[in-house]
Amino acid sequence: MAESLRNLARILAAYALLAGSIVLLAATGVVNPYWVQILELACVVAISAQGLNIIYGYTGLFSLGHAAFLGIGAYTAAYLMKTYGGQSQAVFFTALLAGGGAAAVIACLIGLPALRLTSDYLGIATLGFGIIMKVIFDNADSFLPELGGARGMTGITKMTTVPWVVFFLLVSVLIVRNTIHSSYGRAIISIREDEIAAETMGIDTFRYKMVGFVMGCAFAGVAGGLYAHLYAFLHPSNFDFFKSIDILVIVVLGGLGNMSGVLVASFGWIFLLEGLRVVLPPGYVELRWVLIPVLLIVTMLLRPQGLFGSREFPFLRGRLYR
Amino acid sequence: MEYFAQQVINGLQLGFVYALIALGYTMVYGIVRLINFAHGDVFMIGAFIGLYTIERYHLPLALVFLAAVAGCTVLAVLIELLAYRPLRHAPKIASLITAIGVSLFLEYFTSLRQVFGPNFYSFPRPFPVVIWEVGGILVTNIQAVILVVTVLCLLFLQFIVFRTKMGRGMRAVSYDYVTAGLMGVNVNRVISFTFGLGAALAGVGGVLYGIAYPQVNTFMGFMPGLKAFTAAVLGGIGNIPGAVLGALIMGQSETMVSAYLSSTYRDGIAFVILILVLLWKPTGILGAPRAEKV
Repeated sequence: MAESLRNLARILAAYALLAGSIVLLAATGVVNPYWVQILELACVVAISAQGLNIIYGYTGLFSLGHAAFLGIGAYTAAYLMKTYGGQSQAVFFTALLAGGGAAAVIACLIGLPALRLTSDYLGIATLGFGIIMKVIFDNADSFLPELGGARGMTGITKMTTVPWVVFFLLVSVLIVRNTIHSSYGRAIISIREDEIAAETMGIDTFRYKMVGFVMGCAFAGVAGGLYAHLYAFLHPSNFDFFKSIDILVIVVLGGLGNMSGVLVASFGWIFLLEGLRVVLPPGYVELRWVLIPVLLIVTMLLRPQGLFGSREFPFLRGRLYR
Repeated sequence: MEYFAQQVINGLQLGFVYALIALGYTMVYGIVRLINFAHGDVFMIGAFIGLYTIERYHLPLALVFLAAVAGCTVLAVLIELLAYRPLRHAPKIASLITAIGVSLFLEYFTSLRQVFGPNFYSFPRPFPVVIWEVGGILVTNIQAVILVVTVLCLLFLQFIVFRTKMGRGMRAVSYDYVTAGLMGVNVNRVISFTFGLGAALAGVGGVLYGIAYPQVNTFMGFMPGLKAFTAAVLGGIGNIPGAVLGALIMGQSETMVSAYLSSTYRDGIAFVILILVLLWKPTGILGAPRAEKV
């Protein structure tokens, strides 16, 4: 009891320190609003990357449609907020959870048939699902005019702030850590290592695959809701195949099944994308997407196991290794 | 009824082009188990080689095809050598990410103003278009060219895979690549050859696509590539007749959705069919069920 209280205090202190320092830096003008927004985006991306890390990194389910769940969460939260919320923080919080919930429900429906597929076939099925969702978002205005369809959804209030994104990032990292080091986590990892062996040891592989998949997608849904209220504008192209690839690249660069690596890679990737915009001389900005793939290929050739390999930050290690 | 038959013809035109791309995906996947995302961009390069050789040098059609085939083959062999071969023993996902990197690089590098440029370019018609009316259905000589060239390519491929020593090597490597190596098959050479062969077909496909849908852009390879890969999975990946069958189904379904529903749903239908088929037969229509070894 005393220990869990101490843990809670430690987490709250970490939260206050992180969110507080960023807010302070922003308020005093040390960091300009543009970079604060990039930082918020990086946190949002980190949350969805932790989701894919559960799905692919820990459970070993190859998913190429993660952005679709981001989109489901984003449109759900934005729609709820636009219809019922106005400016209310409480409704915003509920809408975010509803976005995560919607993504989880859809993930459940998709997972029931799709998780019977293995490796690359699952990848192609999820890729297909991602493209189907994009087509649905594109045509969404034909059944719900508020969603805007291919013209994009406008009139969303900007609700996403630093305290919100840091809060959800911290919570998601803690959930991943606690899940992975629980018996659930061990079951999930055993499926990644060898599905047949896991089944032989009495693990209900389908059920645990479902747990991993739905949980990861729920993370994406919450991140989507935050994303929607960060830029106050949604467009189906925000959730296309390339966004799924972006998140996949982050998870692979960080190291599959490595929370610290994925965390660092999320921030690294977003700041690399934006940093190149600033660093490259005007007129050469289009070189950005020539340099990034080269960097990606070279990184993969040099470190195919990801930047972090299997090392974790101390606070993310299991109790045994701490 | 005539409208329907007309759509079938249009669907065949699209399906044959998809088939040429799908073959490259299916052969490469059959041998190295890699989704070669850069394949769609090799197809794009083929279309651009066609554009330049027709517009600038006014080459006859046969030489245009030859130039596209040569260019794409060299490109694909180079990609394999530089990007994929060093990763052959790394985790599979590393190769996949590299393939995506190569794809992005080809798209954005060629869209630089100093290379091809970022705009849409109209593809010149290498011959005047003739339209025949057969029983109320319009058939163009473009469709005839696509049909003839694709069938020739398929026969050629069939010959290579089943009648040559290299083809036997390809089948051996796709069956079991370690054992094939032990039996004296030069695995590296077979893999290079497969990449080259697939790219050659994609080059032909690129030129045909340019002739049939005369607008090219450096990002044009992405969607056809993705759909061709889907077609390959649909038919049973690694299976050559399967890839053609999948591509034809894909071409038909897309044309039918555009004709009878709305073209905005056209990109989705291919994947709806794919998911349904995978649920019914997880290895594709003609794919052999694979037993799991313990």
